[in-house]
Amino acid sequence: MTRSAQWLYGWLLLLPAAVLLALFTHYPAVATLWHSFRSTPRGSRASTFVGVDNYAQLVDDPIFWQSLTNNLWFAIGTIPLSITLALLMAVWVNGRIAGRGFLRLAYFTPTVLPMIAVANIWLFFYTPEYGLLEQITGAFGMPAHNWLGSKNSALAALMVVTVWKEAGFFMIFYLAALQQMSPQLAEAAAIEGASRAYFFRRVTLPLLMPTTLFVLVNAVINAFRLVDHVVVMTRGGPDNATELLLYYIYEIGFRFWDSAYAAALTMVLLLLLGVVALLQFWFLERKVHYQ
Amino acid sequence: MKRSTLWGWFVVVALAALSGATLAQAPVEISFYYPVAVGGPITKLIDQFAADFEKENPGIKVKPIYSGSYQESITKALTAVKSNDAPTTSVLLSTDMFTLIDEEAIVPFDPLIKTPEDQAWLRGFYPAFMENSQTGGKTWGIPFQRSTIVLYYNKEMFKDAGLDPNRAPATWKEMAEYAQKLTKRDASGKVTQWGVQIPSSGFPYWLFQGLTTENDVQLMNAAGTETYYDKPAVIEALQYWMDLTSKYKVHPEGIVEWGTTPKDFFERKVAMIWTTTGNLTNVKNNAKFDFGVAMLPANKRRGSPTGGGNFYLFKQAKPEQQAAAFKFIKWITSPARAAQWGIDTGYVAVSPDAWATPVMRKYVADFPPAAVARDQLQYAVAELSTHDNQRVTKALNDGLQAGLTGTKSAEQAMKDSQREAERLLRPYRK
Amino acid sequence: MSFVHSSPRVYLGHGLETAGAWLLGALWILPLAYAIWTAFHPGEYSTHFVPTAPLTLDNFGRAWAAAPFARYFLNTMLLCAMILAAQLVLCTLAAYAFARFVFPGRNLLFALVLLQLMVMPDVLIVENYRTMGALGLRDTIVAIALPYMASAFGIFLLRQTFKTVPKELDEAARVEGCTPLQVLWKVYVPLARPVYLAYALVSVSFHWNNFLWPLIITNSVESRPLTVGLQVFSATDQGIDWSIITAATLLTSAPLLIAFLLFQRQFVLSFMRAGIK
Repeated sequence: MTRSAQWLYGWLLLLPAAVLLALFTHYPAVATLWHSFRSTPRGSRASTFVGVDNYAQLVDDPIFWQSLTNNLWFAIGTIPLSITLALLMAVWVNGRIAGRGFLRLAYFTPTVLPMIAVANIWLFFYTPEYGLLEQITGAFGMPAHNWLGSKNSALAALMVVTVWKEAGFFMIFYLAALQQMSPQLAEAAAIEGASRAYFFRRVTLPLLMPTTLFVLVNAVINAFRLVDHVVVMTRGGPDNATELLLYYIYEIGFRFWDSAYAAALTMVLLLLLGVVALLQFWFLERKVHYQ
Repeated sequence: MKRSTLWGWFVVVALAALSGATLAQAPVEISFYYPVAVGGPITKLIDQFAADFEKENPGIKVKPIYSGSYQESITKALTAVKSNDAPTTSVLLSTDMFTLIDEEAIVPFDPLIKTPEDQAWLRGFYPAFMENSQTGGKTWGIPFQRSTIVLYYNKEMFKDAGLDPNRAPATWKEMAEYAQKLTKRDASGKVTQWGVQIPSSGFPYWLFQGLTTENDVQLMNAAGTETYYDKPAVIEALQYWMDLTSKYKVHPEGIVEWGTTPKDFFERKVAMIWTTTGNLTNVKNNAKFDFGVAMLPANKRRGSPTGGGNFYLFKQAKPEQQAAAFKFIKWITSPARAAQWGIDTGYVAVSPDAWATPVMRKYVADFPPAAVARDQLQYAVAELSTHDNQRVTKALNDGLQAGLTGTKSAEQAMKDSQREAERLLRPYRK
Repeated sequence: MSFVHSSPRVYLGHGLETAGAWLLGALWILPLAYAIWTAFHPGEYSTHFVPTAPLTLDNFGRAWAAAPFARYFLNTMLLCAMILAAQLVLCTLAAYAFARFVFPGRNLLFALVLLQLMVMPDVLIVENYRTMGALGLRDTIVAIALPYMASAFGIFLLRQTFKTVPKELDEAARVEGCTPLQVLWKVYVPLARPVYLAYALVSVSFHWNNFLWPLIITNSVESRPLTVGLQVFSATDQGIDWSIITAATLLTSAPLLIAFLLFQRQFVLSFMRAGIK
């Protein structure tokens, strides 16, 4: 094939995907930047250039700052825990554990259930007085607690739901990776007298590194993407204790109809994700060879 | 005759013939967004109304479009306005009035109200409903499916606590006292039955407005440009709500979920709840005990906000469509129809005349709780609504939740809410 | 490993681990178990777990009658099929280009594609809503699907797979006179079958359950997918009725649950063969 034919083929093959990507990823990202410097049109008042007004408003907006810190806590609280649990689950259902089939199913169910539906079920678990959690803690004589209705526990309650939802999904990736590892390795180690813990730390974990990175990327994205349970369970309350960035963007954009301010908020989220992406590339370059 | 003149005459005659023909043949079609999910029993009622109206008015076609929840409906309506495809009329929240005016989506009804008969019709509605429908001396909305807050209580629990099951608390003080008698604790001191519950998730401002009205204070001005969240009487109202938990210990701690409150009541976890009149049918069907419905208790006066939806007229509709829609709105809000509507749906019939109709009288005689909402209307006030409504309301919601979860004092919470509302409303004061 | 297990300490450790695994399993299945309990019992048992409670199918009937679920099902299936079909075609073509063709701007374009891994459509809701308005597509199933059709994840995954295909196979096919598209169809696609399966499962389970973007872009029964329908139906003024909601939840997630039960092994196997890591 000639060089120009190669070029032509490459571009043509890429074209359909590129058009859609440009239209729904690159253009909106740039348009968001543009609109974040303009005002929201209302009635006959057209949109005008307002410079950094929207960003100035953002700096002064306590709810924005709170949603940002909430989101960081949310990420810190959900990412490591769901990854650790996923790994643990994968190791268990990969081994010779009693009831392996059932456990696999149990761990994986949250992935197939829509968040919007299970959030309603979790709402029952957290209900004061007669909710499931209260029935259990009550049986042990523990004091009652309004999980979703107190500022100090509402976000944590949502984190639990998120970890529950995600761990099973990540488990599949770990499971697939574990099954590819040669069983001879473990046998050899056992004959040498290495404990399971030592083997896990020195052999399994490093071999799972690429999987961990892949899962990590997903977990980070989900920490900023997943707000379905906020819509159902708390709507950002009480007093913005569970306001996450994307949910705030949704509120501003589609309940308050302030698209310009929503654009400025989106820019912050994009920036955040951009930083994470850069960190990951940098890390990938150093640690893993991905080609 | 010059040729051009001849042509001119021809065009004029043709046009006249054509327009005469359209008047005679093509009926005026009015599209009508209605905020209800498709498939429910309410759609059947509306379809029936539309058919009946068309029979009486052969020149008009009514096309109802079921647009989901209120939130979805306003979205749909505003989107339609922006793409020049607005409906002729729509039922939307009464609190959306300022938003719709600011978006220049709607027109006032005043130019259409010409005859003395029309004026009498307009005066026929309960004034409490009209408060949310008029601003700047103009009428922008016509009340249709409206509600208010009432108190539901468990008569069996009243009996057990030695209270008269036919007498609900009439004042704040009484409510706190009753609630103390109705709150039960087990041996370890854990509450097994609460005295009272006022939901505070999602839209606590609405229930709070019951308290502020009873404390004889307004939350906003009629022009929708000012709020009074930090007035002492408002702070006092929040303090009372907080005291129910912290001082009297008769109300659950933290935020009480609106959605689970009826269930809490059915589960006998709480003796008295505040919720919408729209819950009457639900409570009637699911409470496995004798229950009572009462007006909210008074402090300085009785009171409750109204809620629910109004008819609006869209600017983009043609004048003849607007006129036809006006005719339809007058027709559907007439006493007989309004009474039927109230009985079938549980919404509060919007005019005193509707309550005077024989069907309605019979209904109330058979099921007295239905009349509680009506009797309370004389004390009712407009639901909180301002320019940039959703945000200004959120400022109050956040403050209320901060107070109720104990993170701020009542005074601090309301001062913060007021400051935020001030900032948001400044651009609307000219 | 057998002799290691014989020591009592390790044996105890193993027992503890099993207990832990089961505890976690019980916790994880709890919401589903609750949904099944509540959906099959009358309303008053939705909060009381009495073994003697009578069974009923009423809740399913009520849920089915309360909302046009049949239509929502159809919408969701159309949506998932539309997205998956487009993704498979578009990502295959693009991945093939990146894996086996040399053209100017390849690395830059690949980086631009990878950008979508981070800047996913779910974040760009405000602008995409505007774009759909300009295209006149608001409130259509196509509008829900469009932003997801070109998937960076799919392109990336398939590119990795195509790169592992031995060059000799490619060249042999060309010697036989195949055009590049025929080579793709005859050599690359068959070899990547497990990857396609794994990707399809991820894609369908993601879009079956996706919520925020469909919530924003749709507002009629004709375009609403199950998740949004479920939300509209459960968020009423009258409060929550768990019996109906759990029945609806089971109805809506039954296809995925059953599919997973049936294809569990293939699922994990395809992930394994796909070498997703």
